[in-house]
Amino acid sequence: MTQSIAVEDLSVWFGRHQVLKNVSLYAKPKEVTALIGPSGCGKTTLLRCINRLHDLYSNATIQGKIKLDTENILADNVDPVELRRRVGMIFQKPNPFPHLSIFENVAAGLRLHGLACGRAAADRVESCLRKAALWEEVKDNLDRPGIMLSGGQQQRLCIARALAIEPTVFLMDEPCASLDPVSTMRIEELIKELKEDYTVIIVTHNMQQAARISQQTAFVLNGELVEAGPTTEMFIAAKDDRTEAYLTGQMG
Amino acid sequence: MASKKMRKTTGYLLEFACLLSALLVMLALCLILFYIFRRGIAAVNIPFLTSLPTPVGEPGGGIGNALIGSAIMVGLGSLLAIPFGISAAIYLDQNPKSKLAGATRFANRVLTGVPSLIVGLFVFTVLVLRTGNYSALAGGIALAVMMIPTITLSAEEMLRLVPGSWREASLALGASKKQTVLMLILPAATGGLAVGIMLAVALAAGQTAPVLLTALTSRFWLENLQQPSASLPVLIYNYASSPFPDWQEQAWGAALVLVTTILILNVAAQLFIVVRNRRL
Repeated sequence: MTQSIAVEDLSVWFGRHQVLKNVSLYAKPKEVTALIGPSGCGKTTLLRCINRLHDLYSNATIQGKIKLDTENILADNVDPVELRRRVGMIFQKPNPFPHLSIFENVAAGLRLHGLACGRAAADRVESCLRKAALWEEVKDNLDRPGIMLSGGQQQRLCIARALAIEPTVFLMDEPCASLDPVSTMRIEELIKELKEDYTVIIVTHNMQQAARISQQTAFVLNGELVEAGPTTEMFIAAKDDRTEAYLTGQMG
Repeated sequence: MASKKMRKTTGYLLEFACLLSALLVMLALCLILFYIFRRGIAAVNIPFLTSLPTPVGEPGGGIGNALIGSAIMVGLGSLLAIPFGISAAIYLDQNPKSKLAGATRFANRVLTGVPSLIVGLFVFTVLVLRTGNYSALAGGIALAVMMIPTITLSAEEMLRLVPGSWREASLALGASKKQTVLMLILPAATGGLAVGIMLAVALAAGQTAPVLLTALTSRFWLENLQQPSASLPVLIYNYASSPFPDWQEQAWGAALVLVTTILILNVAAQLFIVVRNRRL
């Protein structure tokens, strides 16, 4: 079961520096929303607010609302640890747990939350590895360390790991930034499949990637959301001059 | 062109100087080991390791009680120092910028520089004078005080080596801070933690002053922790400074046993890491 993500009037400060200014964005269920914009514009900050990773930095101040369906997850009574279970996150650099095997990496979330053990866990691990299109490559080496895999395989392992605890939405922070074109294609295929079941928000620096996989694109510049809309429309005729300039390579 | 040749020559010279320094350091260690081995090996045999000392002039006699005493006091020290040291390191790692963390780090750095004699005097004053007797327990506590800063500081370094990206992976998976520490950070840092502990153990095993001032020495088997206890470093100190040739010979033997034990501990730590890394 997936949920929509609604960002409402979100502002974020690190110390005195404001990194996000009154951002509002709606991500529909079963769609991919791409966040584009130059480095340092606040895309990643926006993404990380959605699973409250910024709670870890004591100098961050956050105002506004982020709703999963109707629940405001920035509210004080929401436990960020519990929230992060529902929000799958894939990072720029693949980060499988170094001391765990391929199997244990996927099972880690199950163990953390006591979701399954024994035969049930093994089944869940297999199905998640299949969904992440990694099963055929690793099924004979499940007890090998996860970090022995190639970069692209590691990233799919991370996706399998996130799938295992059945989140309702997926956040991806430039998941292909450190991957070669072939691995990138495989991850993109995977994102298209994930979209069938989940709301996906992806940060990307690759405009073609945004065009290939997303239904909605949002352009962020200097902490402001300049424009958001259907990807096809935006790439053909951006409403804002700044978006146009960025998309056509005159800026950034 | 001349300058390029010059640069190359300087480079070679520097490289040679570094190599020479490395060899000298190695040489010093090898000489010490060789000398101890040559002088000590004659004294070492099974009865020497397992029997009590004998009075001056009487043949035979060993270091059994000192060996056991050292093992028990170092063990006791480790038992106290490891949980404290690692827990403190976890606190420092989790709250790196807090004022308490700064103070703790500072205190530990100062403690590593405090002469062991002062640590011995401290425990002597606080414990031995209060209870009125020297004891193995006081010896263990003194060794723990010696070990804690080494363990804390090295453990913090090792925990900090666990990259932020792994921690975020764990948190993003819905792990609490506690779960992240127990299931990710500690297991990932085990090798490094073990090295720090081994170093601290080796350091403690060779300490003389803190043990001399707290556990004194004894010529009998240790029966409970309230009694004074013999230990290898104190025995070496006493025997080596005695005028009796057979005691001096036993001091060399005991030195060989002590150095070998420390060497074995260090090699074991290295092996542990190699094996662990190979498995990963």
